[in-house]
Order: sequence, then C-alpha cells, then structure tokens
Amino acid sequence: MSQVLDPPPPTQASAQAAPAPAPDPDDLAALAARHGLSVSGARPSLPEYVRQLWARRHFIGAFSTAKLTAQYSQAKLGQVWQVMTPLLNAAVYYFIFGMLMNTSRGVEDFVPFLVTGVFVWTFTQSSVMAGTRAISGNLGLVRALHFPRAALPVSFCLQQLQQLLFSMGALVVILLAFGVPPGPSWLLAVPALTLQFVFNTGLAMVMARVGSKIPDMAQLMPFLLRTWMYASGVMFSIHHMTGPDSGLPSWVGPLLQANPAVVYIDLMRFALIDSFGGGMLPDHVWALALGWALVAGIGGFIYFWKAEETYGRG
Amino acid sequence: MADTPADNTPAERVPTVVADGVDIVYRVNGTGAGRGSATAALNRILRRKKTEKAAGVRRVHAVKNVSFVAYRGEAIGLIGTNGSGKSTLLKAVAGLLPVENGRIYTDGQPSLLGVNAALMNDLTGERNVYLGGLAMGMSRAQIKERYQEIVDFSGINDKGDFITLPMRTYSSGMAARLRFSIAAAKDHDVLLVDEALATGDRSFQKRSEERIRELREHAGTVFLVSHSNKSIRDTCDRVLWLERGELRMDGPTDEVLKEYEKFTGGPGKGAPKAAPKPQAKPAAAAPKAPAAL
Repeated sequence: MSQVLDPPPPTQASAQAAPAPAPDPDDLAALAARHGLSVSGARPSLPEYVRQLWARRHFIGAFSTAKLTAQYSQAKLGQVWQVMTPLLNAAVYYFIFGMLMNTSRGVEDFVPFLVTGVFVWTFTQSSVMAGTRAISGNLGLVRALHFPRAALPVSFCLQQLQQLLFSMGALVVILLAFGVPPGPSWLLAVPALTLQFVFNTGLAMVMARVGSKIPDMAQLMPFLLRTWMYASGVMFSIHHMTGPDSGLPSWVGPLLQANPAVVYIDLMRFALIDSFGGGMLPDHVWALALGWALVAGIGGFIYFWKAEETYGRG
Repeated sequence: MADTPADNTPAERVPTVVADGVDIVYRVNGTGAGRGSATAALNRILRRKKTEKAAGVRRVHAVKNVSFVAYRGEAIGLIGTNGSGKSTLLKAVAGLLPVENGRIYTDGQPSLLGVNAALMNDLTGERNVYLGGLAMGMSRAQIKERYQEIVDFSGINDKGDFITLPMRTYSSGMAARLRFSIAAAKDHDVLLVDEALATGDRSFQKRSEERIRELREHAGTVFLVSHSNKSIRDTCDRVLWLERGELRMDGPTDEVLKEYEKFTGGPGKGAPKAAPKPQAKPAAAAPKAPAAL
C-alpha cells in the first residue's frame, strides 16, 4: 500500500554532478564522528533533559497562561466563565446527588463537602484529559519548533492549576456563605494542592505518551475517568459508606481510601471544612499523598522522556 | 560552484549536516474504505505490529535512502515537485520528525524557519510574538529588545494597529508574515528555510530575502526549500533535487536547475503527470522557455 510509485531511474547527470557519488554509509558515520556532529533529534540524557526543561520554564508559564485566557476569549462573558463553569458543575451535582438522591444523609456541611470534592476532582480529571491530548493535539507545534516535549503536558497541568485557583476563590465564597469558619488549617490546602499538582503532572505525562501512540485514548478516557470519579467519593462519603455498620468487609474501606483521588480530595476537605475531622481521613494520609505524588511524578517523567525522540511521528 | 569556499579549499571542508541513508515514513490511521469499522479498530489495537496494513494504517514512504553531506558556508537549495519530500527532509534535519532508518548528524541544533509554525489564533499578535520567542529559547529581555523590530519587519502595523488584535482576525498573508518575522528574529547556526519567500506581498518578499542573506552571514549552512527557481538561483550555490522521496540529483545550482527545468517542462510550470524518462518527455511537452527572469 505504499503511496509512492516506482522511482524514476536516476539521470546520467546525477552520477557525474554528485560531489560524492554513492557515499559509503560507514564513511558518513565516521565523517560525522570525526567532526563531532551529534545525531539530530536524539534523546538527551535525563539530567540534560531536566536542564533543557528548566531553561524553558518561561515558555511553560507563558503558554499555560495564554491557553487559559484563550479558552473563553470567544465567549461574550469572557473570563467570567472561569468561575461560572466550576460553580455550575457543583450546582448540577448538588441538584442530582443532594436533592434528588439525597446522598447527603450523614454528611455535615454537605454543600461545602460536595463542592470541594467536585473542584479537586475536576483538577485531576482535566489534567489527565489535557495530558492525553498534549502531544497528539499539538503536532503542528511539535513539528515546527524544537523544545523538550515535556513542556507541553507540564504547561497544560499548570493551566489546570491556574483554573483551580479561580475555583478555589469561588469555593471560599461558598464556604463562608454556608457558615464554615476560616481557620489556620486552611493553610494545609497549599501542600495538599502542591502534591496533587505533582501527581497530576506525572499522570498527564504518562497519558501524553500513550495518547501520542494511540489516538483512540482521547475517546476512551472520559469513560475511564468517570468510573474513577464514582469510585472516589466525590459526591458521597467513603468513610460513611464503608463504616462498621455497612456490612462490607473491613478491608474495603482502606483499599478504597488508598485511591490517590480520594487522598487528595479528603485532604482538601480536612483542610477547609471544620466538621470533616481527622478521623474521616485515611490512615497515613500525608505519606500516601507524598508517595502517590513521587511515584506518579518521577515515574511519569521518566516514562515520557523514554520516548522523547519519537513524538511528532504522525 | 567555483566561488564556494568549500571547493577552493577541499582540505578545510567542515561538514555541518550529514544525512546517512535516511528513510522517513508517515503512518496514517483510518484510511481506505471500511477500515474505520469497529472490528478493524479492535484489530489495530490488538495486533498492532503485524497487521498495520490490514487494520487500515497506511504507510507513506516520504523520503527514501537519502544521503548527502553539507559543509560550512554552503547555501543549499532543495527542489522537487509538490509532495516530493522536501519539507519532510528539512523537518528531519531539524530533528522535529523522527527518521525510520539511517541517521542525520548535525553541528549543533538546526533551526527550521517555516511559515507553518503553529501560533495561537485566539491570542493577539503581540502575545504570539512573546510565545514564539520563548518557545525558540529566547529570554524575555531578548524578545523585548527585538519586539519592535519583529513587528516592523512583519509590516502588520502598516495599515493600523493590528498587532493588538487576535490572530484569527488576520488575513492569511498577515499571519504568515508575522510567523516568519518571529522565526527570523533569532540568529541560527544551521538554518533551514521552508518556502518562506513565497509568503506575503512583493515588498515583504524583498525584506525577507534580505533577512535570509543576513542570517546566512551568521549561519554556517543554509538550506532553502522553494518552488521559485529564481530565489534558488539568487541564494544557493548547490542544489539537491528530490523526486518521489529519492535524491535524484546533487550538484551545482546551474546544472541541476537546467535538468529540473527540462523535467518540469520549463521554469515555473507544473510537473508532468508521470515521467519515467525525463530527458525525452519535456522536449515533447513544451519548448524550453528562457530562464526565469
């Protein structure tokens, strides 16, 4: 099924005119080595790659901010959608799970509980989705300019982080409106978000590599992510569902709570909501949060780097 | 050819780009009738390697076994009919497109100066100048310093304050001019220029030709892809002729262009549909027109 027809026979002139007729492959490699030429498009070593990525940090920052502002630039309400979108999301979940299905039973401060869960989950979800399309959706850029490709998934995750900060602004208003008092524990949101950002970026880099090889992943991911969401206690309390009187085996609770999404969501609830006490957190929660961040962050980065030279192949 | 420094002093020829038996293959998903069906797709995932063809993955062999050595101080033109693999080869030299077989060795990081660099249509021209510069590895201070130069060169503001409008409001010529101006703002070691001279109006073409000459003085080696035989003749002393992905001729500009013009039936004309015997065909197709301009 080759696209190309049989090649035309070389003209007589080509043999005469060529300065180096039919060069020997060994000679060429040796010539290149003698003059210290490097292989074009070769994958740099891991430390070198980190250095290159660091050198492009301004590009990463500017790219994510530009993407963020470009997102709603065609809408009449413009940047208002940055805050409207998460609020509307929370409203829909509140209507379905809070009012129609009444999942709120047993959870104090259900609205802050739900909205925190939705916002924190959306951060992971949209980072993974953006990561899946980071390479496959930007082939034009990848094929036109030379930069460490990890800059793409990282800047998409940074964009999601910026988006989340808008949502957190809305969240503070909701918390105060529902009478949750501000306290020093709110500061714990900063380390929790940092760890979640590292985790998301690692996962996004894994998905960026997978998505660049298998474009179908972009179609499949919404379903995987939705399944993950329902298992993550975004709109119900895993702690209450798997309690001693639930009839489930005792190992189910800890297992469900080791899920990284649950870890980050519950950490944020613990930080922001008074009635969400330490007893509802999974055991060793900070260790789990740090562990997931390191495993995903470092593993994802190395996994992505391993295929650096192949990104851009259509 | 006699005026190239490389020829006068063969002992001092320093290679800057070495292509060693390069093959480039594109893979395209979802071509062919019925190939997009669910079973074919499943097949594609399950037996990826073996059944590439059966699952509807089409292999396009864009560049076939091309070898050449480019030396410091050379300006090399790449010619060939549409779809002959010129731009693909340049992208591979720039390290932007992986090669299937063979190797490309380069001195430092070659820069591809094309008109297709993706910019963001929803953002203003100003924002795009900064983003493009950052992506090329310039610092904010460098961009700030050159910003006015870039805008003036692009000529975007000639007809009003367009640089502060989103790029989606630009005409295609304006967008292409801005892209070229951003890319040309940096000095490059090995410079690859892709059809850039074809964009924009006459006055912009003159400006960009001048800029390429300037860049060439700083750069070690320049590659130029163009369909304009005149700009190849003006800028290059050596020409590579690609046809259907194969290197068909490699030599001094005059010799290769003479053959090429014979092949395409005169300067500026389109390619013949199929030409297994290029020497015989063009003579019958059209009387040879005088050299372009």
